[in-house]
Formats: sequence, structure tokens, C-alpha cells
Amino acid sequence: MFAKINYYLKSFLFLELLKGMNVTGRYFFRKKFTIQYPEEKTPISPRFRGLHALRRYANGEERCIACKLCEAVCPALAITIESEQRPDGTRRTTRYDIDLFKCIYCGFCEEACPVDSIVETNIFEYHMENRGENIMTKQKLLEVGDRYEAQLAADRSADARYR
Amino acid sequence: MEFLLSIWEWLNEYVQYTIFNVAKALVILLPLFIVVAYYTLAERKVIGYMQVRMGPNRVGPRGLFQPFADMFKLMFKEIIVPTNSSRYLFFIAPVITFAPAMAVWAVIPFDDGLVFSNINAGLLYILAMTSIGVYGVIIAGWASNSKYALLGAMRSAAQIVAYEIAMGFALVGVLMAGGSLNLGEIVSAQSGGVWNWFFVPLLPLFFVYLISGVAETNRAPFDVAEGESEIVAGFHVEYSGMAFAVFFLAEYANMILIAMLCSLLFFGGWLSPVPSLAGDSIGWLFGKTAVFMLLFLWFRATFPRYRYDQIMRLGWKVLLPVTIVWLAVEGLAVYFKIGPWFA
Repeated sequence: MFAKINYYLKSFLFLELLKGMNVTGRYFFRKKFTIQYPEEKTPISPRFRGLHALRRYANGEERCIACKLCEAVCPALAITIESEQRPDGTRRTTRYDIDLFKCIYCGFCEEACPVDSIVETNIFEYHMENRGENIMTKQKLLEVGDRYEAQLAADRSADARYR
Repeated sequence: MEFLLSIWEWLNEYVQYTIFNVAKALVILLPLFIVVAYYTLAERKVIGYMQVRMGPNRVGPRGLFQPFADMFKLMFKEIIVPTNSSRYLFFIAPVITFAPAMAVWAVIPFDDGLVFSNINAGLLYILAMTSIGVYGVIIAGWASNSKYALLGAMRSAAQIVAYEIAMGFALVGVLMAGGSLNLGEIVSAQSGGVWNWFFVPLLPLFFVYLISGVAETNRAPFDVAEGESEIVAGFHVEYSGMAFAVFFLAEYANMILIAMLCSLLFFGGWLSPVPSLAGDSIGWLFGKTAVFMLLFLWFRATFPRYRYDQIMRLGWKVLLPVTIVWLAVEGLAVYFKIGPWFA
């Protein structure tokens, strides 16, 4: 009996509706979560996995020794490596291609690399304008590595404790 | 100036009459279009704020030119005509929805005597005109040759028929209290401060009117006619470009109309709430209308969509009985001349 009266009272006084409107009304004045993207950016973790790069040693020698562990571990088969012996007797890659369309940015290549050569930078804003630019060649990867070496080294040292 | 005047004198009497009335219509409709444009922006902003995000803020300062960007985009878009659609009906449908939505504004008084055409059956005219708009929706759904559009049209037709009755009965209450079908006279019958406004004796009818007004304009939470998550966009799925824009314009003009009618019929229109402190002015009407317009957006940001059968139940089994009961109560009040309202 009372439950029924209560029910009718509730629905005819719009109590529940007013409660709902109270909630949305309060949220109207809340601080907004929106991040105005090109002007503001969210902080990026040192573990962020973005565009790839090939690193060099401080003396300018490229790190990659063409062990092909990355090629083997790559679940998307995005990496293609060809190698041969250099005149000084060391083995180096002659071709190191990453197809960015195949890549799933899992970071396994970076984990597999014994010499910290292939790494993923925190660059996530990049684009291609022509067909074929999705293939990152060895030269392009080294260029990215050279340009962002300072950032790359800082990120790696920040994360070194947890490796 | 004198030259223009002499041309005016030289014109035929009927031509003068036509030009004069077209000018009057433009004075009402052009601001209406601008309000509609900014109402769409307000809707996106308000709903955005209630969802703790910012809404459009890129076009112009604080997104103020967004409506114009939308307008130009819609104007330059192609109007795609579906294959095997009824071409003639496909193009006539937006017009049928749009024309009555504009025509209604002819009898809306904005201030004492400030009305395009002061006809005695104003309220009846409004009911008639808003009913015609449904045909546009039905024809649009049928002419599109699309299942979703047809479903949307069927839902909308049943819904609007159901709520038109409750709405009509709610308005019967208003004209019993106001003693006239003329909107101007209904408003002047409410003069003398807040307690003389009709929302006091007719509170249930006011709520019925507001709810069925939201349902009539196919707005959330009664927007099953377009229900994005179920039937894509309902009756206007197949419309693009300007044809879609016309539907949009009509819908928002109708929302503004319902808001304005709420303030005219139940909240004393341009009358001041406390006449001894502030005089009556057109500003009161616009202020009250703005509150109801905000309410429409607030509803949309808050309430989830009704299921179709729930809408029917609410319309026929709740709103209609409530109005009939309250009409009986009001009839007694009128018979015994109770209070300041039915004297």
C-alpha cells in the first residue's frame, strides 16, 4: 500500500528525473577534461612506442650487427633485413626495412635487440604523403636515430632500472 | 529618399500590401533563423559541458562561427536522391515540414499587440499547423525507399498522433482559463503577477504540455523517430545537404516554438512576474523562452531514450488521464469561480 503510494508520489513529482538533472547540472560547471591537442599534449611515458629508429654508438658506428633477432621476433613480419660482410670483417646490414603499415608497434624488436640498436621513439605525429613512404629504409631509420639520440638515450636511462 | 517614397506611392495598393507583409515576415523569420543557428551551437556546447568536455571551440572566438561553418558545409554538399525513391515526394517532404514550422510564427505575439496577424483562433491555428508538420516526416520516410526511414516515419507518426491528443487537451485547459483562443488575450488574462500566471492552477497541464511538446518535436528522450543507435537517423537517413538542413531547421524552429508557447500560455509571456517592481516587456518573453530552450537541451543531456512501447504507455495511459482529470477539476473551479484565475 505504502509502497504503491510512494511509487506514484515519486513518479508524479518527477523526483528521479530531477535527481538526474541535478547530476548533469552539476557536471555542467565541472572543470573540463578536454586537452586542446595541438596546443596542449598529454605527458608521454619513456616506454612509449612510436616511430622506429636505428641508433649509433658514440663514435658514429651503427649498432646493428644484423643478428636478425628482430626480424625473427616480429609478429607482423614488418622487418626485412639483408646483410653482408664489410671490408673490415664485421657483419652489417645492407638493407633494413620496416613497413609501418604492417608494424603493430608491439616493441618486440626493441626487446629482442642485443645491442639496443632498433628502438621505438616517442614520435607519434608523423604522416606519409606518397605511396612507398610507409617503408622506413635503413637510411631513414638512422636519420631518425641521429636526430633524436639525446631523447632516446634519456628515455632508455630513465627506464634502465626496470629492465 | 523622396524618390523612393514616390516609387512607393506609385505602386499598386496590393503590391504595397504584399511588400509590407513580406517585410514583416522577414523581420520575424530572419532573427528566427539566427536563433536556430545559435541554438544548434548552444546545444552542442551545453551537452558538451554536461559531459565534461568543451564542445566546438575552433571556428572563430570560442566557436562562435561554428553555425556558419555548418551552414556553408550543408549548402555545398550534394543532395543525393536514392534510387527508386519517389522523387517528387522526396523533395516536397522537407518543404512540408518546414513551411508550417515557419507559418506558425505568424500568430505568436511578442508583446502587447506586436503580432504578425492577430487572429482570434490563434491557438487552433497553431495546433493545425504543427500537425501538418507530421506529414512531412511521414512522406520523407515513405519517399526515401529505405527501411530505416520507413520505420522512423511509422514511429514518429504514431508518437505524434498520441501526444497531439494530450497536448490538445492541455491547451483546452489553457483556453478554459484564458477564455479565448487568441494568444494575446490568453496572455493578458494572466496579468497581475506570478500568482495569476496559468502554471499555478494548471500545473499538471503545464507538465503534460511540456512533456508532449518534447515528444512532438521528436527530441530526446522521445527521439525514437531518429534513434541513432537503433535506426541510424530515422526518417531523414537518406537526406543530405540542404534537404537535410531544412529538416533540421524545422525541428529547431519547432523547439523554439514549443518553448515560446510554454512561456506564453503558462508563464504569462511578456508579463513581468512582479509588476510593481518591473514593467512588462518583450525581454521577459525572450528570457522565459530561453529558459525552456535550455531545458530541452538539459533533457537531452540527461535522459536515456524511451522504449517505443513506453512512449505509447506514457502518452495514452498517463498523460491523457491526467489531463482529463485536471480538466474536470478546472471545470469545477470555473463553475464556482475560484481564485484570481477563474473569476
